[in-house]
Order: sequence, then C-alpha cells, then structure tokens
Amino acid sequence: MFRFFGRPLGLPQNDVRTSITKVGEMNLFAGIGKIIIGTYRQVVDVFALLFDTIAWLVMGPSKHKSVKREGIFHQAVFVGVGSLAIVFFVSLFTGVVIAMQSAYQLGKFGANIYVAPMVAVSLARELAPVLTALVVAGRVGAAIAAELGTMKVSEQIEALETIALNPVRYLVVPRFLALLIMLPCLTIFADMMGIFGGFLVGVFNLKLDPHRYITFTFQYMMWKDVWTGIVKSVVFAIIISMVGCYMGLGTKGGAEGVGKATTLSVVTSFILIILFDCILTGVFFFANQ
Amino acid sequence: MMEPEIVIKADNVVKSFGDRTILDGISLEIYKGETFVIMGGSGCGKSTFLRHVIGSLKPDSGKIFLLGKDLSKIDENEMDKVRMKIGMCFQSSALFDSMTVGDNVSIGLREHTKLDKSVIDIVVKMKLEMVGLRGFENLMPSALSGGMRKRVGLARAISMDPEIVFYDEPTAGLDPIVAGVIDKLIVDLSKKLNITSVVVTHDMKSVFSIADRVAMFYEGKVLEIGTPEEMKRSKNPMIQQFTSGSPDGPIRFFQQKDDYLERLVA
Repeated sequence: MFRFFGRPLGLPQNDVRTSITKVGEMNLFAGIGKIIIGTYRQVVDVFALLFDTIAWLVMGPSKHKSVKREGIFHQAVFVGVGSLAIVFFVSLFTGVVIAMQSAYQLGKFGANIYVAPMVAVSLARELAPVLTALVVAGRVGAAIAAELGTMKVSEQIEALETIALNPVRYLVVPRFLALLIMLPCLTIFADMMGIFGGFLVGVFNLKLDPHRYITFTFQYMMWKDVWTGIVKSVVFAIIISMVGCYMGLGTKGGAEGVGKATTLSVVTSFILIILFDCILTGVFFFANQ
Repeated sequence: MMEPEIVIKADNVVKSFGDRTILDGISLEIYKGETFVIMGGSGCGKSTFLRHVIGSLKPDSGKIFLLGKDLSKIDENEMDKVRMKIGMCFQSSALFDSMTVGDNVSIGLREHTKLDKSVIDIVVKMKLEMVGLRGFENLMPSALSGGMRKRVGLARAISMDPEIVFYDEPTAGLDPIVAGVIDKLIVDLSKKLNITSVVVTHDMKSVFSIADRVAMFYEGKVLEIGTPEEMKRSKNPMIQQFTSGSPDGPIRFFQQKDDYLERLVA
C-alpha cells in the first residue's frame, strides 16, 4: 500500500527532475503532489518511530533490554525541573491577565466573584496545558532536535549503532518517557500557579474575600476540567517528543541541517499542538452533550 | 599451507544514491588477522563500502558476509550480536559529547556486560593506557585535541576486545608523530591480539607501513588488490599515479573541458 502512494502519481520521477533542471520551473501539479507525498511519508515515519518507541518500552524489559533509569531521570530533570521557572512565569501572568480581562466584563454585571471559576476553569481546560506545551516545545523540543541532530551529523548515532545500542532505545525512549511524565506534572503546576495569579488580582485588586474566592474556585472547577487538561498534555508530550526526535534523527547536512531541524521541530510541534488542542476540545465538547 | 580464514567477504556489492552509483560491483575477501587497507581518492566509495560492511547501509544488490553471517539475511538482534565483535573508529571520532572520556570508552561494557564497575574501570584504564591517554578519564571530549579524540575513539573501538576493528581515515588531519603512533597501534593490535584491521585511508605513508594487503578503489570499483610491494610495482597507471601523488595521469582531478563549459554556460 505504501509503495503505491510512494510513487509520484504515475509520473516517472526522472521526468519531474529534468523538467526542473532544464526548463527551470516546476509543473504545478507535480509540485503539489511532491509536497503531499513528502508530508504523507513523514507522517508514516513519525508513527513508525512512535510504535518503535512504545515497542521498546513494552517489550524491552522482557528481552533484558530495558531503558536505563539514569537516562530517564536525567531527561526528566531537564524537562521538568528545568522548565519550572518559565512555566511559573507564563502561567502566573496568564492567570493575572485572565482575572483582569474577565473582571472587566463581569464587573459590568456586578459578578466579580465569578472571576474565580472563570480563571480556574479556563486554565485547567485550555490555557495551562496548551501554554505549557508551547513553552516546553520551544525549550525542550528544540533542545532534543538540536542534540540528536548534532549527534547525527557528527556520526555519533552511527557510533551508537556500531556499539550495538539502538538509538531509539537509548535516545528516544528516555526523552519520550521524561516528557510523558513531566508535561502533565508541569501542567498541574501551571494550573495552580495560574489560579494563584487570579487569586492575587481577585484579593488585592478586586477586593474579594480570599476564603470566598477559593470556595468559588473549587465549587465550579470539576475534576473533569482537570483531567481533560491532563489528557491534552499527555497528547502534547507525545507530539513534542516524537517531532523533536524525528527531526533530530533525520538531520542531514552539517550545522545548517541542525538549524533547520531545530526550527522545523518547533514550528511543527506548535502547529500540531494547536491542531490537536482543537480536535481534543471538540471531542470533549461533543462527548459532553 | 592452511587456507586462511575469511572474516569479511563482499560479493558484487552495488549501491547508488539517486542516479549516482557509488559502489559499482565491489568484490573482495579479507582474512583473519591481517591488516587490510582500502585506498583511493576522495569520493571513490571507500567509506561507503565500510558503512556497508558494518551494517549501517544496505547494498542495492550483492552480498556481504561478516564473520560468516550474510548481512542481508540476519535480523537486527543477530546484527547486534555481530556488532559486539567489531569495533569502529570513526573519521570524526564520533565521541559522545555528553559523556566523559571514561564513559565513552566504557559504554559498550556497561551496556552489554554485567561486569562490576571496578572491573570496568580497570579495563578503561588499560585501554586508555594503550592509546597513551591514561589519566584523561574524567575529561569531556570537548576538552581534547583532534588527535586525542581520535585515540579515545580507538580506545572505545577496542574496549570490547573485538575480532575486527574498522578504521575510517585514522590518520587524516593529524601531525606526523601522532599519525605514526596510531599506525603503530594498529599494527600492534593486529600482531599481538590477532585482531583483523580494515583501514580506509589515502595516507600513502601509513599504507606502506601498516598494510599486509591493499585494495585500490576507483569510481566504485576495485582496481587491484595486492601487497604494498605489488602495488608499488604495479603497471596500472592509475595506481602509479596514486602512490606517487602526481596531478597528471589517468585519474583526472579537473572536470572534462566540455563538462566545465557546459556548466558555465547552462
């Protein structure tokens, strides 16, 4: 099946190439076709990498080829602890901003106390998972792509293979696991910090009673709001780790290639995060009806 | 006399990237314990051939036997078992930047054996001693010079006591003394430990000081295989030109005249 799609739509590949070099312009349809086929192959490859990763995770221990704990720990510290500061600032100020923006509207109805659930629910369902994922994609996804890309172009990946160490098991799985564990943790942390930001505005600016603010927050924020956010962050973790590793391992062409892989990994992660956020929100929304 | 044991056998190996044919029917045999040198100009496919032998690349057609195993027929698990018996010394050293020199050398032992840490430490010290770098265990690769990195790469390649060690241009870009040290190491390993060495190089001085047999590659084909003396005496003008390093001869450095004109005008 793959081979069928892999062929450039009935056109022998040589013809396309000669038309580029000789005439200097590309047939429009051939160009579109090339892009579609290229994207399709990339998607297939990313899924292949994901299945490979999961296979190593599940089957590895039974073959005495489990993933080293130190590797996962090292990555988890880099992903989790290293991102705490930036996630703290982003979510705190997001909480502050949402509190002020919603107070601007709710104030007209004298419903300032509803700022509390407004902040909590919008953070837990949407903003904490998405903003945390975007920040981590920029910080960790780029680092993964750059590190693996540099390893690729300096023959280190090949060196791993000749020592009979599978790069997926040795490099991809620890990063995948670290993100899978730490991104939901960071999201919960972002939930709390965002709510705290809203609380600061509510208490010091809107002069709401602190006790009432907290009661209202937990009265309206359901468990479901939190866990849908966590589910999103798990999906985002898979996206960030797979895109970063795929781009890194596929790097070609020296320093320039590493730069390209890094940029591409961040851009692709951003787009996919927003896209899957939309899809998941839709799923949760319609499942609720 | 007993027939020497064949450890590597290539049978009509062909490989193309796009419409460029890099390996155009390579056939050769390498015997146990010998130092086999593959020489040839840049881009003649010698490094690509090495990558086929260690299983990083798969040939389009033809077969490669490594330690008696047909590389096209074995799965990844069996390939890994074969890989444990070989060592590879990369052109760019390919040391893992995130690990210390000691960890770089011990990675194979740590991952594939159940040896105690103290034993591994001793092995690492021994291997680093062999390449003249004992005491450098705790440095990061970025703190080393190019020649030292090459030697660490060599220590890593021999850390698992392999049967075959592959060297991709081991002396390229090194000063003559370090190059001589590495050449001596390669010979020592072969003679003392009976390790088969396969060396890809275009450094003629090291070819004649280390090789038991030499194969000359040109445009993806094997021109000739023989001892260094046979190569020196060879009637083949290409080999003559290569060993003497002359710019004039049948191996053309510059493009054909019409090629060049066509490129400029097109």
